[in-house]
Amino acid sequence: MIIAIASGKGGTGKTTIATNLALVAAQAQYLDCDVEEPNGHLFLKPEIEQKIAVEVPVPRIDAELCSHCGTCANACEFNALAVIGEKVMVFNDLCHGCGTCMLVCPEKAISETAKIIGKLENGRAQSVSGESFTFTHGVSNVGNPLTPPIIKKAKNLIDNGRFVILDAPPGTSCPMVQTLIGSDFCVFVTEPTPFGLNDLKLAVGVARQLEINCGIVINRADSGDDEIIKYCRQEKIPLLLEIPFNRDLAFAYSKGEAAVQHSADLRARFQDLYAKIVAEVKK
Amino acid sequence: MKELTIISGKGGTGKTTVTAAFATLAENKVLADCDVDAADLHLILTPKELARNDFIGGRAPRINYDKCSKCGECFRLCRYDAISFSEETGPEINEFACDCCALCAWACPEKAISMLDTVNGRWFISATRAGKMVHARLGIGEDNSGKLVALVRRQSKQIAETDKLDLIINDGPPGIGCPVTAAITGVDLVLIVTEPTLSGIHDMERVHGLCRHFDIPALICINRYDLNLINTRKIRNYCRENNLELVGEIPLDPVVNKAQVARQSVAEYDCGLVSQVVREMWKKIKRELF
Repeated sequence: MIIAIASGKGGTGKTTIATNLALVAAQAQYLDCDVEEPNGHLFLKPEIEQKIAVEVPVPRIDAELCSHCGTCANACEFNALAVIGEKVMVFNDLCHGCGTCMLVCPEKAISETAKIIGKLENGRAQSVSGESFTFTHGVSNVGNPLTPPIIKKAKNLIDNGRFVILDAPPGTSCPMVQTLIGSDFCVFVTEPTPFGLNDLKLAVGVARQLEINCGIVINRADSGDDEIIKYCRQEKIPLLLEIPFNRDLAFAYSKGEAAVQHSADLRARFQDLYAKIVAEVKK
Repeated sequence: MKELTIISGKGGTGKTTVTAAFATLAENKVLADCDVDAADLHLILTPKELARNDFIGGRAPRINYDKCSKCGECFRLCRYDAISFSEETGPEINEFACDCCALCAWACPEKAISMLDTVNGRWFISATRAGKMVHARLGIGEDNSGKLVALVRRQSKQIAETDKLDLIINDGPPGIGCPVTAAITGVDLVLIVTEPTLSGIHDMERVHGLCRHFDIPALICINRYDLNLINTRKIRNYCRENNLELVGEIPLDPVVNKAQVARQSVAEYDCGLVSQVVREMWKKIKRELF
């Protein structure tokens, strides 16, 4: 079963929920899809066994064959090609690797070459019961604007027999949608503030469009107002867990310590969350 | 005219809290919320809408089934697995997987696929108690957030020019990807708001790398600095080693959430030391800018 942990607003505790869940679940597979800023490794401390480069194809122009007709530049929806006089310029950072230029070139002057935009790292981490589980994170190169191909490649490694946890990027645009697609259930992590509620509503909107059922976790539950609880009731979204603000816990987080390793009470709460999620998926 | 963008790498470190405070402290400025897929600045500044426009972010393919011969060429060539196909019903486009690259439209031998303009969101010009603000709402699950950020910045620049303002303050998105790049390219100064957690530091270093990549000067501010003083020291060292000015250290205080619930900035609501630090910080940034 595939569970996405997402939020809309950043910094509400997605990675906290995703990593702690991975540590208490049986047969987990943790995939960090927040490839711009992957942080799960800081808490799970995996042993990395394998690195895989993520490449996208970018066009290469054969100057001998090119007639400078401009068909490629005209066809590219991303303005990644420009023909100036007798020269074709390729802007690799804008290229989405779709292959349209190669398809339309009347002189067959375009071939493709690979450009590395990031990497996947695979390894193993250990749960609280001592069982080892699989860990993968995608890491986008600094300066690379196009992250969905890295997320997609990470998701190709999904082993459906496991309890798969996808740690999603914040927001509601393409990288977040790319992560959620194909999930069986989505857990939204929020905080009880106007910012938290506003962004939660947007994120729930994405899940509804993708027809994915969702549940909510309120982090720092005692630090704002009770609008989120009202919203859950009104929208009939199950409230799966509330975690009050705790300075010790925040301190443990700041050092890269997982909550379930820090407190027996939290371990029990996360085990309960795990059971609730499994029950929701089987509903 | 100067332009400042507030970013963080990691989400939830306090970008919007800091931006809203600057918005209520600075004079002669226009505000731009460049976090177009989870915009929050309006929740503090409670804007009154002056103008609303559609954002046409790009084009999307549409199949004309009268012309389609169900050959399956589009399905075979699509690199995004965005087209499903059966011999009875022909191809079908999954709009969430589609990258809108137009390959299918070019490849279709019957010319049955055309690319049509799509509305990917809305953008607004609003009046707030802190001056004019340009903000946007990317459609749920939509593409092209970088383009919308660029549009928001163009509009705020225009307002700054016509209203003869000295400053544009951009509230940036989290991450280091396409919308962040769009929010920082060509600005005069970037403020990175971080926190003393391993994630905060890790992400600050990456987003600072992005600033260096584009050769944009950056300043650092540590939010909730007293949560972990060892990590705060690490950030101070990082600033020293990289010649980055550390313009402020904001203490951890739940009163910040009270200000947010009251829809006020931490410069307006009495947040004690937090308010004081933010005011001092703004003075330093102003000096850096002008």
